[in-house]
Amino acid sequence: MRYLPHTDADIREMLARVGQPDLGALFESIPAQFRLTRALDVPAAASEYEILAEFEALAAQNEHAGARAWFLGAGVHHHFVPSAVDALISRAEFYTSYTPYQPEISQGTLQAIFEWQTMLCGLTGQEVSNASLYDGASATAEAVLMALRVSKRRKVAVSSALHPHYRGVLETYLAALDFELITLRRGSDGRTLPSAIDRETACVLVQQPNFLGCIEDLRALAHAAHAQGALLVTAVAEAISLALLAAPGDCGADIVCGEAQSFGVPMAFGGPHLGFLTARMAHVRQVPGRLVGETLDADGQRGYVLTLSTREQHIRRERATSNICTNQGLCLMMATIFLALHGKTGMRQLAERNLAKAEYAKARLRAAGLTLPFAAPSFNEFVVQLREPADRALARARAQGIVAGLDLAKFVPELGDALLVCVTETASRASIDRLATVLAGAGA
Amino acid sequence: MTGNATRGFSYEEDLLFERSRPGRCGVELPRNDVPEVDPRALLGALSRDELPGLPELSEVEVVRHFTRLSTWNAAVDLGLYPLGSCTMKYNPKINEKVARLPGFAHAHPFSPASETQGLLALFFELERCLAEISGMDRVTLQPAAGAQGELAGIMMIRAYHAQRGDKRTKVLVPDSAHGTNPASAALNGYEIVSVASGSDGILHPKAVAEAMSDDVAGLMITNPNTLGIFETHLAEICDVVHAKGGLVYGDGANLNALVGVARPGDLGIDVMHFNLHKTFSTPHGGGGPGAGPVGVKASLAAYLPTPVVERAADGTYQWNDALPHSIGRLHGNHGNVGMLVRAHAYIRALGPDGLKRATQLAVLNANYLLARIRGAYHVPYANPVLHECVVTDRMLAGTGVSTLDVAKRLIDHGYHPPTVYFPLIVNGALMIEPTESESKEGLDRFADALLAIAEEAHTDPETVRSAPHHTRRRRLDETRAARKPVLRWQPGGA
Repeated sequence: MRYLPHTDADIREMLARVGQPDLGALFESIPAQFRLTRALDVPAAASEYEILAEFEALAAQNEHAGARAWFLGAGVHHHFVPSAVDALISRAEFYTSYTPYQPEISQGTLQAIFEWQTMLCGLTGQEVSNASLYDGASATAEAVLMALRVSKRRKVAVSSALHPHYRGVLETYLAALDFELITLRRGSDGRTLPSAIDRETACVLVQQPNFLGCIEDLRALAHAAHAQGALLVTAVAEAISLALLAAPGDCGADIVCGEAQSFGVPMAFGGPHLGFLTARMAHVRQVPGRLVGETLDADGQRGYVLTLSTREQHIRRERATSNICTNQGLCLMMATIFLALHGKTGMRQLAERNLAKAEYAKARLRAAGLTLPFAAPSFNEFVVQLREPADRALARARAQGIVAGLDLAKFVPELGDALLVCVTETASRASIDRLATVLAGAGA
Repeated sequence: MTGNATRGFSYEEDLLFERSRPGRCGVELPRNDVPEVDPRALLGALSRDELPGLPELSEVEVVRHFTRLSTWNAAVDLGLYPLGSCTMKYNPKINEKVARLPGFAHAHPFSPASETQGLLALFFELERCLAEISGMDRVTLQPAAGAQGELAGIMMIRAYHAQRGDKRTKVLVPDSAHGTNPASAALNGYEIVSVASGSDGILHPKAVAEAMSDDVAGLMITNPNTLGIFETHLAEICDVVHAKGGLVYGDGANLNALVGVARPGDLGIDVMHFNLHKTFSTPHGGGGPGAGPVGVKASLAAYLPTPVVERAADGTYQWNDALPHSIGRLHGNHGNVGMLVRAHAYIRALGPDGLKRATQLAVLNANYLLARIRGAYHVPYANPVLHECVVTDRMLAGTGVSTLDVAKRLIDHGYHPPTVYFPLIVNGALMIEPTESESKEGLDRFADALLAIAEEAHTDPETVRSAPHHTRRRRLDETRAARKPVLRWQPGGA
């Protein structure tokens, strides 16, 4: 087997050294009746050739953004990724290392995490960022758990325009604990109404832009939350928006969490992606996950280490701030490289381009006679009302090589025949024009 | 020097922000083919003007920056990385290649099942293989890491009891367990009851029986345990827990010691997770992403997270959302799919014989290494070990050299240190897991380094205590980092 270096002679010598007659004898601590006496029923070993052919055949059965005009987002976004990102994360020193437990030989990973923390604090308007969580949904659940610890209250007021899967994961995480979820209604403009917040409310949770693409007025929501002594938790599912919208922390958000997949991480059918969480320094000891801090070495030189680990499960066990251990290190590396390449100028241009493309698409869809039901401004995603069942429109678009958006029938049934359409920098004017034509198709 | 570390070409490298110069940028967007939009005019106060915290660098500077950073890391592709319990085995290159195929890398989780049959087929087959390897009946691929798998597993145990109207409040966790076990149970609202391991390093049915009551939802157990020792009484322990209506959670962190040799499901485990980044060779990525699928016996299948993949009578694959007793959703999408693709490629490469062979050689390597260093390091338990071994610094007492110093001195020999000071029940533990990827001569060099350090602890303890000496940074002051935390760069200092 090509991954195993042992020769028969090696095995004989090693067995002699450990005093065992054969490999099977190494397992005598397993009671005989539990030792497997048959071969596992898994497919026979395949060569590298065969594996590649087999996986290429499987991959070919999936539609993907490289081969379609792509307008499907809903928390997983198709963006262009500069070649340097994959080239650099393919450095074996990054992808075949582990959590930087030994800082003297992990300074590369540690410094990159410190750089990530710095950039995320700037983008979200916060003072402390962790070193990633699994994904936007679980990061949101962790942010709410953190808010519950900070506030010591038991009600969570959740925007009805939170991504339904984030809501689902939050419900799963809270199921065993004695907390109450309250849903905040949405106004006719598509934004969350700051109602039903009281002195028992631990936090108000809103998504920015929300699941329907509408940009929330975070300052008003923060004001309403803070007036009752509650925290504002803001979840961001489209991280590119951070380069253009007012920083949530600057608007009063106490915890910002979400998904940074848009920063150079492939969609990959939904993962691995990149959960993040940023907060105020005053709450640093309630932050879940790894943190990297600056320090000095024995010669007085600057270096980086994992720090404040008394919050974590390997020290604090059942009293830890979270059970998380392994997180999304390599995805953090992709995002850090992506942000470094774009920098101040590139991120701003990229965000403005997303806005411009989406505004163009909105204008074209309106001109084609379709309705955009929400008056609130949007970033790169918005709802369009159709004149036919959305699944029919999607099928017609697919036949023309267009993945036109998400059918909202299952998620927001009260909107009727509606699509959530995402327009990123990857959409050409011509493809947007085709989208408008195909969606207007019925009854146009 | 017995290792093979040398001084090479090595660069200092400032932070991105210190290299930044106004006006540089590492990307160019295509020409804009739609009208420009002024964000300020459209969004007013909802928009921002400044992007603090972002640098300005050209592509070549960014590439050099991260390439230089990479050279400061130890990695499996550079050499032995014997972190106990982490299973730092070789990460095959074909796995990286197939995960990047556009039909996997650029697929979207909201594409309908009819347009993603290749992925669903892969999920279905991987679930089947993991179920077969573990002796479980069903598998969910959704949890993003082992700890999230634990969370899911304990949630299913909780749902199982809840459906019986059985309000149980406690979970038993052996004192040798990973910290994630008690933390995951606590996130489920359970009180943790620690069960002491015996003097032979394993759990005994009597200790479990004493702690077991109608109020205990279940037991979490790692097998082989964190000492690398098989829990010989596990089947009997499972019977004890089951007799009182409890369930047994298997932490699969050490499944690589059993694949093809024994199956947790056959031993009585009801639910367990798999760390695909350990046993199934997906890369550790500098701290993730991992993947933590969970297998269950049929008795718990009703509680699996949704959606689950099913094969229809016509051979097509579908998502099923309609599991009325499901614990719900654990992940925003379908889990760490890229890792699932890699793990499946690993299973395909090894096949039934290769999987078993890998297990046997991992166990041979750990035993061989232990045989080589026994005598220089104290071995706290006499029981035979499987895939990893735990030794201590007790024989260095009086030299002033501790486990931490041995670990740091190993770096000077060109080795990543083992896991240290874990499990907590062993004083000064060095937990060493060489994995099957290491050759005999590689293990011999590593053993020679450990022996040289033990010797040096007696002849020149100060050199050991002040190690490492050849790294770009010497020992770092962790107390300073925690006392006045500096967690981001700020212009002009914090």
